This record gives sequence, structure tokens and C-alpha cells, in this order.
Amino acid sequence: MRKADIAGEVSEKVGISKRDAEEIIDLVLDTIKARLKSGEQVKIARFGNFIVRNKRPRKGRNPRTGEEIGITPRKVVTFRASHVFKGYVNGQEGIARGLEQ
Amino acid sequence: MTKADMIEKISEKVNSLTARETEIIVNSIFDSIKDALARGDKVEIRGFGSFRLRDRRMRVGRNPKTGVQVNVPAKKVPFFKAGKELKEFVDS
Repeated sequence: MRKADIAGEVSEKVGISKRDAEEIIDLVLDTIKARLKSGEQVKIARFGNFIVRNKRPRKGRNPRTGEEIGITPRKVVTFRASHVFKGYVNGQEGIARGLEQ
Repeated sequence: MTKADMIEKISEKVNSLTARETEIIVNSIFDSIKDALARGDKVEIRGFGSFRLRDRRMRVGRNPKTGVQVNVPAKKVPFFKAGKELKEFVDS
């Protein structure tokens, strides 16, 4: 599934044009990106959290030549799915839809 | 930033939508991704990253309070892999 497919689903479910749906998707993605770049985490309730982690410098090895190389410190994006999301992909509909209460 | 903050920011930018309408659309976007993974599909968004399921094998766990061994069943977990563009954007 690609962005255009998501836009198609959103457009059908919500009753807006595909073009408008795609515009909102882009705004959502750009907002997440910008926040992560500033080092902030993005918490999407019922979906999950996007977090930036700082990786320390470490020594790596070229697996082909065995040569040792330095790996520079870097920032990486990680995602932790919410319990709702995890439950949903394992067929626990009630939890996924928030019907347990 | 939370989803509520995001919805507020986006509805400020899009004049044609109320905050409530923006909320419905944003929720529908994330639901669409969840639905795709739940039916075994994967989601690939260019410039951002991809969502897919990873398998976790069954394992033997232990109740930390009582020490009793329990089987933790095999399950699937949603996994996100940042795309090249997102990786470079965040690390620059």
C-alpha cells in the first residue's frame, strides 16, 4: 500500500477529494519529520510514538575485508507501536477499537 | 508533540477544514495504515518510510513476581523502517 492508496481510503471514508486527502497526509508526514529533526518525539495516540535516538560512535568492521572502521555518532528514528496497534494486528479487535471500556 | 497538537497545527494551515474535520481525517490516515498491516499488507511511503509486521517467536517468560514460567505465544509486531530521506533529514 502506498500513499495514493491511503489517500483513496481516506477520501472514501471521510468524503473528501483524493487530492485533499493527499494534502493532509503530506502535512501529517511533514509535521512528523520536522519535529523529529528538532529532536522532539511525536506521540500519536492509539498508533505509536516516533522517537529520535542518539547513537554513540562505535567501531565497526567491513564484513568483506575485515578492516576496522569508525562509525560516527548519529541520530536514528525509531517507532514504538502502541498497545492498541499491537493488539489490532494480532486480532484483538476490542482493544484496537477501544471497546473494552 | 501529540496527535492533538498536530491536528491543531494542521487545521490552522488548512483554512477549509475545521479542527474537528481535521481530526477525523488524521485519525482515518492512521487507521488506514493499521488496517493495512492487520490484513497482512505493508505500507510504503516514499520519502518517509515503511510499515510492516515482524514475527515474534513463542518464548518462555517468567512472572517477575512469582517466578512461575509461562509461555508467551508467538505474535506479530508492527515495525517501522525509516526511509533514506527521513534518515538523512533527521541526522543532518
